[in-house]
Amino acid sequence: MTDQEALFEYLLRLGDSTLILGHRISEWCGHAPVLEEDIALANTALDLIGQTQMWLGLAAEVEGAGRSADELAMLRDVWDFRNLLLVEQPNGDFGQTMMRQCLFDAFHIELLTALSQSDDNRIAGISAKALKEVTYHLDRSSETVIGLGDGTEESHRRMQAALDLLWPYVGEMVTPDAVDTAMHAAGIAPDLTALRARFDTRIDAILTDATLVKPDSTYAQTGGKTGFRHSEHLGHLLTQMQWLQRAYPGAAW
Amino acid sequence: MSQEWPLWEVFIRGQHGLNHRHVGSLHAADAEMALKNARDVYTRRNEGVSIWVVEAAHITASSPSDKGPLYEPSESKVYRHPTFFDIPDDAGHM
Repeated sequence: MTDQEALFEYLLRLGDSTLILGHRISEWCGHAPVLEEDIALANTALDLIGQTQMWLGLAAEVEGAGRSADELAMLRDVWDFRNLLLVEQPNGDFGQTMMRQCLFDAFHIELLTALSQSDDNRIAGISAKALKEVTYHLDRSSETVIGLGDGTEESHRRMQAALDLLWPYVGEMVTPDAVDTAMHAAGIAPDLTALRARFDTRIDAILTDATLVKPDSTYAQTGGKTGFRHSEHLGHLLTQMQWLQRAYPGAAW
Repeated sequence: MSQEWPLWEVFIRGQHGLNHRHVGSLHAADAEMALKNARDVYTRRNEGVSIWVVEAAHITASSPSDKGPLYEPSESKVYRHPTFFDIPDDAGHM
């Protein structure tokens, strides 16, 4: 893998993760438990789709094959996606959605904080812009996880169940592989092992306030960011998200 | 205890130098959440630089049926408006 191919892969990871999570959250639009949360989730979804435009735009530029950000988003199939497994997991109930969000946000904020110091000015610029949005995302999702975890008996039970369900997808975010290591060596991306310590500190504090118990397991599902093996959920998501471009190729407004 | 979140009234300052203006209301469990919800519901299109929220139950409002005793007495007191002064030309437009 050349440096350019590794950078393309890395940018797909960033852009695909925000794209798939953005789409997932947008599925709540019109269905959230209360109007205020409905709008807040839609705002978060739009923030993430906006970040996707920047990441995939840069990925397309780096690839240099004449593809656009839209083509990368709408015309690739499951095996070409490089998003984290966590973000493609189904919404479940509102608590599960917020738990997924909080786990991702706690990672995302550390990643973007580090990437805003990247040697690559384009990546640093996008990260600095996205960091402001993600700071608010984490503020909101962590408060909700704490409120529901330390809430009623039922809300606590649901949040613990969500944490137990999603925990096996946390490891993939913070465990480096060949692409992560190459990007770190090139001064582009942070050392994920060091980032994991900061992520753990954040998550531990949130879970303690939420009176939730972190699962005593380091087992990690993998295969999302390498594209080796996505969960079955991603294909279903893509059929919804890409339907219009597949049915009416080249449609624009 | 009610199962519903309390109602909050939202006030937003549109620009520096302007007053906070009532823009609407929303539901939230506590003040912090009300602020966040206000941010998401009422400032999506860059409407504000500052938000106040106050629980609606804490607002004491005048009653519409009292409007006679409250406001009519002032209608006949035109001398409370400073319209009987000649403004010197030097003062310019006021």
